[in-house]
Amino acid sequence: MYKYDEYDHSIVASRVEEFRDQVQRRLAGQITEDQFKPLRLMNGLYLQLHAYMLRVAVPYGTLDSRQMHMLAHIARKYDRGYGHFTTRQNLQYNWIKLEDAPDILADLATVEMHAIQTSGNCIRNISSDQFAGAAADELTDPRPWAELLRQWSSFHPEFSYLPRKFKIAVIAAEEDRAAMRLHDIGLRIVERDGRLGAEVYVGGGMGRTPMIAPLIKDFVPFDDFVSYLEACLRVYNRYGRRDNMYKARIKILIHELGAEQYAAEVEEEFRAVKALGIDPPQAEFDRIAAHFAPPAYDARAADELDRSDPDFAVWLDQNVSAHKQPGYAVVTISLKPIGGIPGDASADQIDLMADLAERFSFDELRVTHAQNIVLPHVRKADLHTIWQQLRDAGLAEANLDLISDIIACPGLDYCSLANARSIPLAQKIATRFSDIGRQRELGELKLKISGCINACGHHHAGHIGILGVDRKGVENYQLLLGGSGAEDVSLGTITGPGFSEDGIVDAIERATDVYLRERDEGERFLDTYRRLGMAPFKEAIYG
Amino acid sequence: MKLLTGNDLPTGDVTWWTGTGWSRHVEDAVDVGDQGEAIAHAEEGARRVNGPYVIDATATPEGPRPAHIKDRIRALGPTVRPDLTLKPADPNAGSWVI
Amino acid sequence: MGDLLRYRTDEAHEEPAVTLDGFLGQSNATAVRIEAGEDARALLPHLDRLALVEVSFPKFRDGRGYSTGRILREAGYTGELRAQGDVLVDQIPLMRRCGFDSFAPEAPVDEAVLAASLARYEYHYQAAADAAMPVWKHRHG
Repeated sequence: MYKYDEYDHSIVASRVEEFRDQVQRRLAGQITEDQFKPLRLMNGLYLQLHAYMLRVAVPYGTLDSRQMHMLAHIARKYDRGYGHFTTRQNLQYNWIKLEDAPDILADLATVEMHAIQTSGNCIRNISSDQFAGAAADELTDPRPWAELLRQWSSFHPEFSYLPRKFKIAVIAAEEDRAAMRLHDIGLRIVERDGRLGAEVYVGGGMGRTPMIAPLIKDFVPFDDFVSYLEACLRVYNRYGRRDNMYKARIKILIHELGAEQYAAEVEEEFRAVKALGIDPPQAEFDRIAAHFAPPAYDARAADELDRSDPDFAVWLDQNVSAHKQPGYAVVTISLKPIGGIPGDASADQIDLMADLAERFSFDELRVTHAQNIVLPHVRKADLHTIWQQLRDAGLAEANLDLISDIIACPGLDYCSLANARSIPLAQKIATRFSDIGRQRELGELKLKISGCINACGHHHAGHIGILGVDRKGVENYQLLLGGSGAEDVSLGTITGPGFSEDGIVDAIERATDVYLRERDEGERFLDTYRRLGMAPFKEAIYG
Repeated sequence: MKLLTGNDLPTGDVTWWTGTGWSRHVEDAVDVGDQGEAIAHAEEGARRVNGPYVIDATATPEGPRPAHIKDRIRALGPTVRPDLTLKPADPNAGSWVI
Repeated sequence: MGDLLRYRTDEAHEEPAVTLDGFLGQSNATAVRIEAGEDARALLPHLDRLALVEVSFPKFRDGRGYSTGRILREAGYTGELRAQGDVLVDQIPLMRRCGFDSFAPEAPVDEAVLAASLARYEYHYQAAADAAMPVWKHRHG
């Protein structure tokens, strides 16, 4: 994985000092909260319901054991012993003191981490495929492209006060594990005439106006990559709406201009920008890519597995994925124990996952947008040992992509924007469907819960989505069906009137009953919904 | 009744106006009547509070009860982590929120 | 109103800036003011007779002027480029990178904070409209 050189270290160290100075000026009363807010937000520091919340960047979701141990250390020293992994592959601490924030950033910097641009109206952490470098179906590792963009976007002087936040995802496989087309810019690395370049999708997003990004350019070669993105952002910075923050995302600009017109504007801007010589040379790409070279696999690693332990076999079938290297596998550690808090991990659990990565996965971990953790390069022969250790730590829930593998935003338990709680609902649903046999009978079923229309819990992209609203001071939940954040991307449709917390658990059960009754051979819940449409589900739900 | 609430500037702790200062406990909050904005302005200027705002509440024998669930969650702590609330030993604390 | 901060060695331009419409309609003005939504490219045919371009920042959150600055510098404008309005001390280093070389902030700027802030970053990842060499160029020459 990427290692800082003197330049990266220098920039991040400067950032720590800059933020220390800004915090000091705020605490001394030299700047007001209004002036400080955009500064702290550009460093991922929010004021939430109970305290300050700090969002630490995990660039493209990749980290090593030293970094993971540091996350545990910070949880213990400055927070309350846990952290929350987010849908943008980051980690949030919920109980941070403003006066500690500079020291936390200094600690993070010692392990090449930071909180740069994890909030604010700027280019956020670049997200990617959590199986990058390991997936059997990938063309190339997308992370060198993501790292190139991390550097390009960090403290970008022109794009630090955009109309609104800006999220970029990069993938390089047919299967989309990163909700690529639901980002402001989604990039898929493809090959043409022996050269690598990007398919560029612009204008996707969730929030209150969900949209799927249209294809803006079918191939941008590496030589033009940074220039083209600079042009995409400049058109947005100049013409994106600033009169209404709810219409300020790039998806609205593209919706209003039309994708063709936007693409034409970008082409024109690109011609001007390309002449500036701002594209890094191939040597820089190669330097970065060398950091992502495959690890030293054991060529004699065996493919055979002892499946005689039935609980282990279920976990193998559910949470272990194909690796490109024979004898190896990809492990997804579920952070969704039945009745637990989706995405939360205690400092002890974080340390354990770090230890497992160091011992069994070439010192690498990934955070997934579904709020789980991945050990990307594991010898099959080590799987049973890993599973036993995970089981002892409460981390062996065998529910990847099943109904209890729920994405949930922090909701009204933590978030000052939320209208309803998300976590208690996730706990109730997981508990109702806790039987693993029943869950596996239902098969792949992605359930996603947001506590307000900002859609941090990706409810638009859930096979089953839930949106929490405030109805006259009482929490109320709307149900959506038919969304997907994968390569078969689609947006969910609201079933009808909303439900109470218990009511919606019943409604979900009725919807899954329709699926079990009506499904054809091999169909997932989503497939049956797409074939039959809303009517039979609606009838069963509202009867 | 009206309460004045906000967060402590250096620590971020949720705080309530007691008439003479700030407390972490909503039980200590007093009715600010129509003085909330004025107190908020003075206290924010003195950096004794961050982001103060006035809320509606009702007086109960157990103390003031904020009208909105969001402020009741602020007053107690996350309902999904009773161990991290201000009343970790009270098994019924969560029901006060709902 | 804060003091005018200049990072140029020539004399400050005295002629008051006219609006973009006014500038385009008359041949002898040498100073122009660009509002946040206006297209800086309209000035490109006239850069050689401009001594001052004042770019308005109506709110610190409104970042359109950063693109305006870069577009003018990229097109070869060498006269004074002034950021006027809700310009905060922490934004000036970014504006310097976008080509601005004078600042007329509405509220006074703490010059000690500004000096420290301008000196803070030794390296920058990306190329912009200033003389800073992007990190990739440091790495590869």
